[in-house]
Amino acid sequence: MLPTSPAFKKNATAALADVGLQRALERTKPHFQERRAAAVAALPEFEQLREAGRGIKNHTLANLDFYLETWADNVARAGGEVHWCATASDAREAVLRICRSAGARTVTKGKSMISEEIGINDFLEANGITPVETDLGEYIIQLGHEPPSHIIAPAFHLNREDWETRFRKAHKDLPADRVFRERRDLLTEARGELRQRFLAADVGITGANFLIAETGSSVIVTNEGNGDLTQTLPKVHIVLASIEKLVPTIEDASVLLRLLARSATGQDFSVYTTFSTGPRRPGDRDGPEQYHVVLLDNGRSGMLGGEFQDMLRCIRCAACMNHCPVYGAIGGHAYGWVYPGPMGAVLTPTLIGVDKAGNLPNASTFCGRCESVCPMKIPLPAMMRHWREREFERHLSPAFARRNLGLWAWFARRPGAYRLVSRAAAFTLGLLGRRSGRFRRLPLAQGWTRGRDLPAPEGETFFARYRHESRSRR
Amino acid sequence: MSPAGSRALILAAIRRNLGRGPLPADQAALLHARLGAHPRGPIPARSRLSRAGQLALFVRNVEKEYGTVIRVSDPTAVPAAVADYLAQQNLPSELVMAPHPELEALPWAERPLLHIRTGRAEASDVVSVQQAFAAVAETGTLMLPSAPERPTTLNLLAETAIVVLRASRVVGAYEDAWDLLRAERRDPVTPAPTGGFMPRNVMLVTGPSRSADIEQSLELGAHGPRRLHVVLIDDDEAASAA
Repeated sequence: MLPTSPAFKKNATAALADVGLQRALERTKPHFQERRAAAVAALPEFEQLREAGRGIKNHTLANLDFYLETWADNVARAGGEVHWCATASDAREAVLRICRSAGARTVTKGKSMISEEIGINDFLEANGITPVETDLGEYIIQLGHEPPSHIIAPAFHLNREDWETRFRKAHKDLPADRVFRERRDLLTEARGELRQRFLAADVGITGANFLIAETGSSVIVTNEGNGDLTQTLPKVHIVLASIEKLVPTIEDASVLLRLLARSATGQDFSVYTTFSTGPRRPGDRDGPEQYHVVLLDNGRSGMLGGEFQDMLRCIRCAACMNHCPVYGAIGGHAYGWVYPGPMGAVLTPTLIGVDKAGNLPNASTFCGRCESVCPMKIPLPAMMRHWREREFERHLSPAFARRNLGLWAWFARRPGAYRLVSRAAAFTLGLLGRRSGRFRRLPLAQGWTRGRDLPAPEGETFFARYRHESRSRR
Repeated sequence: MSPAGSRALILAAIRRNLGRGPLPADQAALLHARLGAHPRGPIPARSRLSRAGQLALFVRNVEKEYGTVIRVSDPTAVPAAVADYLAQQNLPSELVMAPHPELEALPWAERPLLHIRTGRAEASDVVSVQQAFAAVAETGTLMLPSAPERPTTLNLLAETAIVVLRASRVVGAYEDAWDLLRAERRDPVTPAPTGGFMPRNVMLVTGPSRSADIEQSLELGAHGPRRLHVVLIDDDEAASAA
């Protein structure tokens, strides 16, 4: 997927004007927040689990080489195969090689963000293999040829009419005059269509929420059961996973699983939490005959030991975007690549470069809600600030912004001048805006006043007022 | 890049960025010891209850997640409970059942109207009967490890999934269920020291399949079963005495 992140501002403006998207955002945003809050309130140990979860991930990252090798040995022992891939292109080639050797024509897919990151669908199609997304949300966006707009609810931005239109267009074999009375009818139709695909597929590709070193297992978490059908029915199961999914033991995974569903959908536990270890065993009556893990680095090892290491704790629950005022206003597509919201604003510059994604860490009010709800306590605002600094150091920010920051820095370092100028400005603006208390337009502040009024100062600076009040209190 | 080359490259990059070489032997030994001890994290207090309390919590949680539970006093009552459930739900009396010795030992012949096939599930199966290995009261979760006598497809393909569970196999937390698996299962393929107990697949199932992808509104019966019905055999004297 070609990033449109450099056009973030244009994307955001378009998103704000998109009536359907705004309706979808309005409808769904509060659900995630309320459900998470209720699930967290019902578990007194939640904070303790967050601390423990952070500790587990930090421990794993500090010893990642050891745990990866232990895990890979255990995958091999269980009869599986690990394909180490330094880059996205290595990973695409590895998947294609496995599909080719299985003689695959169609491939079913469970939900996987790594699959989006490496752009596997387009690549397989270009090589004559048909990928079929089976997560309901991923399926509908595949029908619309668009990327997901949310990491756990990919069709977050769509309304019921969109589903109906796309189903009518895609499922030509069904009667054209059929009626969709309720959401259930859409679900039933998708179930029927995809059931055929599950049975016909030669290869099933899933992601992994965790990899377990102790046992060489991969873990997926779903509510629909699509991931399980994807990995159970075809002859070959391919797991797409990145190196930071490692945890040492099942007990460690259990800590993170208690955090994941609550933070994501507000469920206590997802419907299906499945641990897969190698292919079909002697005597087994079902399950794949081959088990492969395509293990992706794609720049993640470079985040270790630096200011972005903490980001590798992310378990992809989406709580940060569900609580983000910026995401809540523009949705996920405006971010222009695979990972939206605060976690995307930190991760995307690492993966595609700050020169392309520099807008994303700037699209934050720094309100800090993302960090406060993050189950892994990732300091997202601090890391966005690091990106802003890097962008500034590399002279990537616009000249206008740099000039004004320079001007501000000059005054900030000279308190006398700062007070003089701010006193004059507060006085003048206070006088000018005395009647209405606000400005509808103001020179140099159009960026603000185009969308809303600027409140007029009351004529006094903060310093002056502070002085008065502390004097009168004495 | 070849996979072997990539492996060396990735490991080298990790070590370089962590500012060290391969772990010294004493540190690696500590990590091996941690893997062997697999220490538990914080366990929520909610499931630290009497046996009877844990069973009640399990039932409450299954029902909260849109599953149903029927409690029977004796294994011999299972066929009747299954037949009655299918009749109540207006479902056909044909089912596919796990070839599990505990299920096969039940007096199915007393219910001659039930047509039973044993084995894995196929796409045409409407009702499946599975044997649970254990269950977790904390969230009303069934533990279903794959085995020749417990095919995975039975958890997935039929619209109605019936699971038979003995009350003595209901534990408090996930870790307790994993302890049972660690203690009771010896895997022929992955020998000890680590991972010597894991079957190909372990499903933790909490309620019937669902999706909220359409306008974030919950609908039951996505790709897996629409109905999940647990037949709970009260074989635990500690629990029934309390």
